[in-house]
Formats: sequence, C-alpha cells, structure tokens
Amino acid sequence: MSRVHIVVHLKEGVRDPAGEAVQHVLRDMGFLVEHLRIGRHITLDVDSAAGDDAARLGREMAERLLANPVMEQFSVEVRS
Amino acid sequence: MKVAVVTFPGSNCDRDTLRALSRLPVEAVPVWHRDTHLGGASAVILPGGFAYGDYLRAGALAAHSPVMGTVRELVNAGGRVLGICNGFQILTESGLLPGALAMNVSRRFQCEWVQVQVQECLPGLRFAAGERFSLPIANGEGRYIPDPQRPLGRDAVAFLSYRDGAGRPHNPNGSWREVAGVASADGRVIGLMPHPERASAAWLGGEDGLRFLRVWTGGDGVPA
Repeated sequence: MSRVHIVVHLKEGVRDPAGEAVQHVLRDMGFLVEHLRIGRHITLDVDSAAGDDAARLGREMAERLLANPVMEQFSVEVRS
Repeated sequence: MKVAVVTFPGSNCDRDTLRALSRLPVEAVPVWHRDTHLGGASAVILPGGFAYGDYLRAGALAAHSPVMGTVRELVNAGGRVLGICNGFQILTESGLLPGALAMNVSRRFQCEWVQVQVQECLPGLRFAAGERFSLPIANGEGRYIPDPQRPLGRDAVAFLSYRDGAGRPHNPNGSWREVAGVASADGRVIGLMPHPERASAAWLGGEDGLRFLRVWTGGDGVPA
C-alpha cells in the first residue's frame, strides 16, 4: 500500500482572493508575508506494488478530477 | 418540445426551473443525476444549486454523474443543454464548455440583480445581439477564467456579458472580460451564471428570465 499526497494550487497568475484575505490578516498580526496561496492537500492510499505506479495513478487522478487544469496546478508525492 | 431538468444531490433550483418552464409551451420532466436517460427530451437544463455540496470544486463531482454521459450524447446528436449557475460550473468542469469558474474577487457570495447583454448570436436561437436581460445572480464562484488551450472565439463564444444600467460594461465579480455566459459556437451548449428561473414572474421581480427561457426553447423574445 502506498500513500499518495496530492497538493493542488491555483496557477500563478490566477487571483486567489481567499489567500489574499489570509495574507492581510497575517500582516495585520505582524507577519510580513507575501505571495500567500491557499491550496488543497489530498491524501489517499492505493494498492500498488511499485511506487512508480502510485505516482502515475496520483497524476492521473489529479489530471482527471482532483485538479482543474484550466486554473490549477498540482504536485504528487508518494510515501510508502 | 420536451425539456429535462436534472436534479443532482444538492441542486436547489430544479423545482423553480420546472415551475418556470410550466409557463412556456413546453413539456418539462425531472431527471435524477444517476439516470442514463433524459425521458425523451431534446433539451436539458442543469439547474442551480450546490451539487455534491460544491466539494472539491463547484461542479467537479457532478461532472462525473452518470447523466452527464447522456447529456454529452444528446449534444452530439443535435440536442441542447443549458447550465444555470451551478449548471454552468458543471458544464465547464465536464469540458462541454471551455474555461473555469473561480471564487469571486469580492470573496462574497453575491446575490443581486444584474444586467446581461447578448454579445453573440447563436445558430438556431433567436437571441438578438445587444439584447439585454435583467436577472439575479447568486454565487460565490462566478468569476470566469478562460482556458488558454481553448480560447473563446473558436469552438465557443462569450455569449453574455455583464452591463450596468446604462449598458456600459460592468464587472460584479472579476470575471474575465465581464463574461456572464458562454456558449458553444453551434449554440447547443450554453452556460450562464445568472438565474433566468428566478426572473420568471412579475412577483419575483421581473420576467426577463422567462423571456430568456422562451427564446432558448425555440420561441422568440416577444411576450406571450
């Protein structure tokens, strides 16, 4: 069994209004952060013998459902 | 003409849409999202609401409902589909229309009346270029994002745009080029954020939505 971590973000250049709100508040709190983006972290287990298969499945699931390629980008990481 | 209205788990404008259609000379039938038939309808409406609770992304899960395969077959066979609000989100998520709908730049769920204007005539439908409709919007994710791989102007067009009371471009939510609705170039697939069914009687605040639905179901824009 492999645990797949898929992280989805809005693409660079697509405005993230929720991220902007969080950044405003963090700055009000004294944390001088920039470029804050909110993403989504999805974990799932797949029954695959080789880690390569799990990564390929993760990418396929991201491309077909978990991320919207029009406005989002994603990364996939497998931890056995 | 027979029009199917799909109910997804979380749809909440399905019955309003059926009721609005009852004021037009069409037969309207409800369809469940797990159905793989459309009750013999030649046109289908994906209504507003929060299908699957908007989990993951608005429209993302509903785009994979069994009925969507049937909707795709209907369009390929020459039928028509209209996606209203959440229905528009389902159409972009399913790839039947290009682009995506993202969170409004205001970060608010915007519930207000807007003016929209027809930007492009569509084959087989008597929408007039420049024709305006006063309709309510009610959404949190209505900001149209174009798809660089499928730019409007090829297989789809910017069908409706937001206008202010004087007819000038107006942008309630940060939508790309004030886009309020998109249609396939052949007119078979239309998605719009405003709710025509919520403007289908004078006591609701206006009848422009009924006029919109009348034209979409094959009539003209003249009140009956």
